[in-house]
Amino acid sequence: MARELLKGNEAIAEAAIRAGLQAYFGYPITPQTELLEWMSHRMPELGRAFVQAESELGAINMVYGAACTGARVMTSSSSPGISLMMEGLSYIAATEVPVVLVDVMRGGPGLGNIAPAQSDYNQIVHGGGHGDYHTLVLAPATIQEAIDLTVLAFDLAEKYRSIAVVLLDGSLGQMMEPAELPPMRPVRQTFPAWAATGAVGRERNVLTSIYLDPPKEEEANLRLLRRWQEIQSHEVRFREYFMEDARFVVVGFGSAGRVALSAVRQARAEGIPVGLLRPISLSPFPTRQIAALCERAEAFLVVEMNAGQMLEDVRLAVNGKRPVEFYGRLGGVMPFPDEILGEIRRLAAGEASLEGHPRDRWLQRLTGSN
Amino acid sequence: MPVQGRVVISELYCKGCELCVGACPQKVLRLSTERITSKGYHPAELAGDGCTGCGICAVVCPEAAITVYRQAVRRPTAAVGA
Amino acid sequence: MVVEQIVPEEIVYQRPRSLVECATHYCPGCTHGVAHRIIAEVIDEMGLREHTIGVASVGCSVFAYNYFDFDWVQAPHGRAPAMATGVKRVLPDRLVITYQGDGDMASIGMTEVVHAAARGENITVFFINNANYGMTGGQMAPTTLPGQKTTSSPHGRDVELAGYPIRASELLATLEGAAYIVRRSLHDPKNIRLAKKAVRTALEVQRQGLGFSMVEMLSICPTNWGMSPNQALQWLAEKMIPYYPVGDYKVSASVAQIKV
Repeated sequence: MARELLKGNEAIAEAAIRAGLQAYFGYPITPQTELLEWMSHRMPELGRAFVQAESELGAINMVYGAACTGARVMTSSSSPGISLMMEGLSYIAATEVPVVLVDVMRGGPGLGNIAPAQSDYNQIVHGGGHGDYHTLVLAPATIQEAIDLTVLAFDLAEKYRSIAVVLLDGSLGQMMEPAELPPMRPVRQTFPAWAATGAVGRERNVLTSIYLDPPKEEEANLRLLRRWQEIQSHEVRFREYFMEDARFVVVGFGSAGRVALSAVRQARAEGIPVGLLRPISLSPFPTRQIAALCERAEAFLVVEMNAGQMLEDVRLAVNGKRPVEFYGRLGGVMPFPDEILGEIRRLAAGEASLEGHPRDRWLQRLTGSN
Repeated sequence: MPVQGRVVISELYCKGCELCVGACPQKVLRLSTERITSKGYHPAELAGDGCTGCGICAVVCPEAAITVYRQAVRRPTAAVGA
Repeated sequence: MVVEQIVPEEIVYQRPRSLVECATHYCPGCTHGVAHRIIAEVIDEMGLREHTIGVASVGCSVFAYNYFDFDWVQAPHGRAPAMATGVKRVLPDRLVITYQGDGDMASIGMTEVVHAAARGENITVFFINNANYGMTGGQMAPTTLPGQKTTSSPHGRDVELAGYPIRASELLATLEGAAYIVRRSLHDPKNIRLAKKAVRTALEVQRQGLGFSMVEMLSICPTNWGMSPNQALQWLAEKMIPYYPVGDYKVSASVAQIKV
């Protein structure tokens, strides 16, 4: 198929459709509304299910119902709407039905604004809904990646009977780039054996998240945990740039990683031996890869559009062996390459420290307070 | 001949709620004072004759514990030797 | 000479196939059991057991899925109509029902049921109204009557502080997407039979794709009302029916043509 100029939100919607999406339930919220609108005309056109729900709460529960039939189903929202979905996500995780969720992050907390941010990292990667569960989280940095990861999300969700989240920020949702959509996959015609579809000629299936007896609940939790371990072994994804001889490592995901790449290129032109590790799967996190880099890296710089959330996962991976510095912008402000270049130069000049917390040092520098 | 009925009330399900006792038009149901179900309820039972198999007890029973039988009376449509 | 024949015993009534052979956890005399029974009878009579998917809610009936022998999914509190929407939109030829109580449908889930009805979703909601929150021990519900004592309105519902009960059937009947909205009662055999007919009509409405249907069933809660089951029937008749009259609140033109 040919490359076309595509808008992020619409590309993700169409990619899901090409992947055999059977049902979409959503609600308008900036900056992802175009995804809903695309679905509102394409899904009925193809004879597939579409409902604009009464709220994100309604939407995630419609998704939950459809997922219980084994259908390929998804919803999308942005930060405040995602918060409304947390109840549903916990239930979906506990019932072990596959669901794809797209979160196009915006400034917060609260109603915040409609500018791009990455501040849902903790909510999405470290839970959000109550209880012990993990979701697969994929973070694209380009529209092509958003397309490819959306298709992958459905396959992973089904393979592991899990929630797979495509996590991006408003700028990627809104921007337009040349990208290629995959060919149309046919919608599946069969149901998984576990699904609630009408008990024709079989014992009934009951899909519930209730385990009233604590030992049974523990057993259910252990099952989720073992599945998570399997996911951790097989589904880590990341990309490395200029890493072969890098002595300094920048870690950034999504748009922050993309901006950091520009800074890394400029730094290389100045002769600084710096590279970028861009996690693509935030969950499972490339912990081992980062830990292994401690052998040859002198210092790490984490760049995020939040107050340091992935920062903590990087620090855990580095485990005190090397200094980790932080640079973040908040509230919908996007960092520019020259800001990150300035940070890389500081690292190269030996200003990285093992003392204290990188967030405190960054805050002092950002706000000029001393 | 009066229609004769019979009910069998399952001890697996009956909770001794007495809704059938109150609803029976013939007033022929009562809670047993001698039997106790495995859950500790006194189950309902027929108290003597008079059940017509009307099925009203089964209509009000919340546990679907009652099976209702009736001896039917049929009049053939053609008279014999009339 | 007319000869009367006495034929051997025939079965007038037996337990419906769609009920699992399992004792329920409901209190003695709780009319959840009657509602379950008549729904099971109707599904058997329509031959739809294998094509039904139930959406269980949260309340005393949270384990409804243990009692009916067909596929079930479990919804978070209040969300059953939204889950049912998801199921029905993907599997439109299945019978999709929800089974909800006062708190689930009329409190936390009010938004979901209003919008499912407004959208005219081809699902059937069974709403069990017993004027309190049963599962959690008898608190005030949106359906609790003025002056009615509950564990969270210990001096009786004070309309100054807690407002007035919601009449859900009347409210939902204002929506054009709602095709069949009726209130029935389970307090005596005649009303139970009428309730069963309403259940049958509602499921026919769904089978024929005529829109959203709901059967509200006034029910007793002897344990939380603090009375015996037979006393509770009287309380329902005397106190609840005047506030929640039995009747047909919405019967669309196409539904009016149905004969059951």
